Amino acid sequence: MNTWWTLTVGGFASGAVYAALGLSLVIIFRATRVVNFAQPALALLSTYFAFTVNQVTGTYWLGFAVAIVAGAVLGALSDRLLIRPARAHGELGSVIVTLGLLLVVQAVAGMLWTSEPRSFGYAFDFRGLFSAANVFAVLVVLVTAAGVLLLFKFTSLGLRMRAAAFAPEAAALAGVRVGLMVTAGTALAAAVGALAGLLAVPPLLYPTVLDGIFVYSLTAAVIGGLDNPIGTVIAGFGTGIGLSYVSGYLGPELVTLAALAILVVVLSVRPHGLFGRGLARRV
Amino acid sequence: MTELLTIEKVTVRFDGLVALRDVSLAVEDGTVLGVIGPNGAGKTTLFNVVSGFVRPAHGTIRWRGEELRDHRPDSLARLGISRTLQGLGLFPGMSVLDNVLVGAGPLARCGPLATLLGLRRAARDEAALRDRAMTTLADLGIAGVHAALPGSLPYGIRKRVALARALVAEPRMLLLDEPASGLAADEIAELGERITALAGKCAVVVVEHNIDWVMRVCSRIVVLDFGEVIATGEPSDVQNDQRVIDAYLGVPA
Repeated sequence: MNTWWTLTVGGFASGAVYAALGLSLVIIFRATRVVNFAQPALALLSTYFAFTVNQVTGTYWLGFAVAIVAGAVLGALSDRLLIRPARAHGELGSVIVTLGLLLVVQAVAGMLWTSEPRSFGYAFDFRGLFSAANVFAVLVVLVTAAGVLLLFKFTSLGLRMRAAAFAPEAAALAGVRVGLMVTAGTALAAAVGALAGLLAVPPLLYPTVLDGIFVYSLTAAVIGGLDNPIGTVIAGFGTGIGLSYVSGYLGPELVTLAALAILVVVLSVRPHGLFGRGLARRV
Repeated sequence: MTELLTIEKVTVRFDGLVALRDVSLAVEDGTVLGVIGPNGAGKTTLFNVVSGFVRPAHGTIRWRGEELRDHRPDSLARLGISRTLQGLGLFPGMSVLDNVLVGAGPLARCGPLATLLGLRRAARDEAALRDRAMTTLADLGIAGVHAALPGSLPYGIRKRVALARALVAEPRMLLLDEPASGLAADEIAELGERITALAGKCAVVVVEHNIDWVMRVCSRIVVLDFGEVIATGEPSDVQNDQRVIDAYLGVPA
């Protein structure tokens, strides 16, 4: 019972991180209809910026703020300079460019900050089974999810972002500045990604630190339906708890395999995710 | 009558292929202009060049006397020009009302910043747009489906949603690309009446294959063939034009 409780609470805490990065994938999918593999790369760079600011100024929260702004700027730049030119050659082109960006950024981060693990602090006290840092992570995820939901569902900006992603030509004719909306969506997604990075990285920061987390977050986002922020948050916590059981009862080496197994099973039973509504994909 | 849209000697080329050659035409306020011609005659290219999706190699396009140069598709709605696309072009994951609300965007007086800050005037603005969108849906007889997703609706209703999205911003000119395609006979007749009624408020340009219907609904007709205007005039003149009969109608109507 005690093990079970420890695993459940621990899984819930790591689930918050998967949900956060999963949310950034939902935002970018809603804004561009493309899964963006550069998301963890931008989150990684943003977190390294936070690390440097922490070291120079000694304040955690200044680094936190810098990381989120840096995430938004990096997101906007990656869209304008890389993804947009590739999009002209089709959806696959932009997916491949985001994959390439992931590899390049990891290498560059290694060159700038070395591949040595650096210590990176928590926002709050991290001691205990469900620490203040865990509470903060869960709160951040819930607030972000609510914000994303409100933005896309109830504001005209969110409507225009979704319209631009669904049918760019029709959106333009309705007066939507499609390019601007896509860039704004990418920037917002990267800012949320940076937030996820700040929650996920502690205690150690190194170039590949987010790789595993990205796989689990992608699992959560896909199970959640990719288009559904609430579904993704639920799936994020579910994935966290499920993988924590796998790690505790079956062994930590099986976690990645389990994530892939969950993904395969869910997608074969429900191709649009557990919470997806089965939209027609753009052809 | 004032001329809203004036197209003068517009030529469009795609990689050496001439899609439009020296096309000139005018759209007058309060009229319904039909653009007909065989497949590949350049009808949709004509709409695309007016919409800013395609740049002319030469020639000028004037909107209410002012030349449109390097204009972008997203500036069109603010000028007072709306267009429906061939097919539907609806946003699949968004409700009917949200689809129409996007079309109402150019009427918004508050920017996204005001909305995000939760300002009261932004809320009023949004409520006014919502009312306007619902009124437009009601005018087209589809207010009852405002919460539905487009994919769950019959084709004829979806077509009306696309029309509502184009009409909600109260355009001065409406470009309709094959509005009757895929509709049942009674729906086509109803669409004709609606367009005739619209002509009091705005100019309408219709690209359509259904010749009999076009002849009934439009006050003027332009016939395109291989990217050139081969006839312009009232329906009765065009119907009897020998070049039109040869190119398109095949048999005298």
